[in-house]
This record gives sequence, C-alpha cells and structure tokens, in this order.
Amino acid sequence: MKFKLQAAAALFALPLALTALAQQSITDKDAKDATIQEIERYREMLADGNPAELYEARGEELWKTKRGPKNASLEKCDLGLGAGVVKGAYAQMPRYFADVDKVQDLESRLLTCMETLQGYKAEEFTKQPFGSEDNKSDLEALTAYVVTQSKGVTMNAPMKHPKEKEAYEIGKRIFFYRAGPYDFACATCHAENGRRIRLQDLPNLTTHNGAKLGYGTWPAYRVSQGEFRTMQWRMNDCYRQQRFPEPGFGSDTVTALLTYLAATAAGAPYQGPGIKR
Amino acid sequence: MADPMKIRATMQGDTAEIRVLVNHPMETGQRKDAKTGELVPAHFIQTLTATLGDKTVLDSQIGTSVSRNPVFGFKVKGAKAGDKVTITWKDNKGDTRTDETTIA
Repeated sequence: MKFKLQAAAALFALPLALTALAQQSITDKDAKDATIQEIERYREMLADGNPAELYEARGEELWKTKRGPKNASLEKCDLGLGAGVVKGAYAQMPRYFADVDKVQDLESRLLTCMETLQGYKAEEFTKQPFGSEDNKSDLEALTAYVVTQSKGVTMNAPMKHPKEKEAYEIGKRIFFYRAGPYDFACATCHAENGRRIRLQDLPNLTTHNGAKLGYGTWPAYRVSQGEFRTMQWRMNDCYRQQRFPEPGFGSDTVTALLTYLAATAAGAPYQGPGIKR
Repeated sequence: MADPMKIRATMQGDTAEIRVLVNHPMETGQRKDAKTGELVPAHFIQTLTATLGDKTVLDSQIGTSVSRNPVFGFKVKGAKAGDKVTITWKDNKGDTRTDETTIA
C-alpha cells in the first residue's frame, strides 16, 4: 500500500515538474533577452562619452606638431590615399605601400612615417608600444586620431596587389593554425557562431557579420584598463591568451592577420573607435 | 597642468543636457605598482562644480569609486541655447582645471 501511494505521488508529481520546467525555460529565455537588452542599453550609454576622444585629441596634436630630429609634423604622411589624407584612410588599410614594398597596417605605417618624415628611430617606439597611465604611448594616440577620421566610412581594404592577396592568404592560414601548449588557433574561439567567454560574446571572425562586429569596433577604449588599445595590442593579447610567443610590434604576422580580418569585414561601415569592458 | 575636458551641452526641449568627459587618472591609493610593489599614491577628483552663467547648478563631491577618465552627465532646467557652461574640478593634490562651452 505504501509503495502504491509513493508511485501515485511520483506519477502525479511528474507532469507538475515538467510544467514547472517548461515555465522556467520560458522565463529564463525572457530573462536572458532582458539581460541582453540591458547590456546593450549599458553599452549605448557608455559609448556616449567614449574616453577614446581624449586620446584622439592628443593624437591630433601629435599629428600636427613638428617633432623629432627632422622637426617635421606627420601632415605629409601618406596613409594610402595620398600624402596627408587622413579622412577615411584607416577604412582602406592594411594595404600595399610601394615605398617600403610591403603591406602595412596603420601602426606600421605610422612608424614608417615617423622614421622617414620625422627622423625618429622605430625602436624608440616599439620598445614600449603599449601605453599605461605613467607611460603615455604616442602611437596609440596617433592611432586614435587616424581611426576616428574613418568613423562611419565603409571598410574596403584593397585586395588587388599580389602582396595584398598574399597577406590575406597568410593571415587566413595563421587564423586557423593550431599550435602552442593549448593546441589553440584563433579559430578555436572565433570560428563558430554564438560562442562566448564569460559574458563576452565572441564574434565569428570568419563571417562578414562577425568581422564587422569584431574588427569594425576596434581599436577601442578598454574601461577595465583605462587605456586606448590598438589592433597591434589586440592581436598581441590574443596571442598571449593562446600562450603563443607574442609577435613583435608591426610584425608581418599581425599585418597578415589584420588583412584577413579587414577583407572579411569589407563592405561594412567602420564603427570605431569602440568602448570595451 | 591637467589635460582639457571635453564638454558637450545641448538643449533637449526646455532642459540642457550636459556631458563632461574628464581626463584624470583617478588613483584610489590602493593599487600597487606592478614593478616596485609600492602603493600608488591616491590621486582623485574631490569636487566638480558646474555653473551656468553666474549661477552654480551642480556642486558635487567625488571619491575614489569613480573610474579613470570619468564621464559626468546631468540636466539643467531653464537653460537656453547660447548660455555659458563652466565646469571646474579640483583633486586631492590641489590640481584643478576649468573648461567652458556654450549650450548648442
């Protein structure tokens, strides 16, 4: 008798439990949507008042100030659209530059300009390229200035020159190349939709939409670090997280990766400089 | 000398919406230097005031819980386009900075 009672109770309880489960999954979903909405609202509020503006202002001043052994400004620097054209230049990078006979991303190009126009030695800047509160980086500020001038411009890195095509192919290979103590590749985290690390959504960088979100909102101001971070930093940090040796500043590896990302994102408007957690 | 602020003031109906982006390290005094292990001395904004013409419309006390390079936003009723907004902050080291703009 006792056994029967228990069985009846269990039978009775089962549908209840199922309904409860179904209800819970509905509310979970609503809660998740509401959370995502709130996070988006929070991001919007943050974006309105992006401290990247402070770096941009400093970068603009650096760009226009006569400095270095040759006492020249960077206003004659050719970023690919002709000497001194900054507006929209970043949206068409990385690209092939005939004077150095290779593909360069924005930061390597800035270094070249600082060497040729201002007479600086690149090592002065690559020794400590990433800034901190006590060590402001000129390169980061200049980058902030140049990328802001491409806000809203359609990203369209040229893929015509053989070296640009080569960089794209190399970048793609690197993206999928698994190695290191974790047997990781960029693709391990960034080649599938709907992945995330903790609460950060990881864009699928092999698709146009993913690259638009990922590549198109960097460089960015990192709130947790209180610093403006560039693409060179972003790539370096991805390498660090994969436990790879970090590439040198302006390395061809990074340029190749960026060429691959830029080509995947091509056609979408550049939305940076962004603001990240 | 402290770096300049970025102030944006626009009319939204009959209220002015003002946003101020301040360039400041906002050190809490609790962070240790990664290399030396020494505490980084506190350095933060203590007061931030806003005046509209001659009238003080905001008088705030700020502490170490505020982030580096903070953004402040507030609304002022009864302002009109062309009014002058002046923002001043002062930090615990006595450093201060004043910037102004006109409401657009």
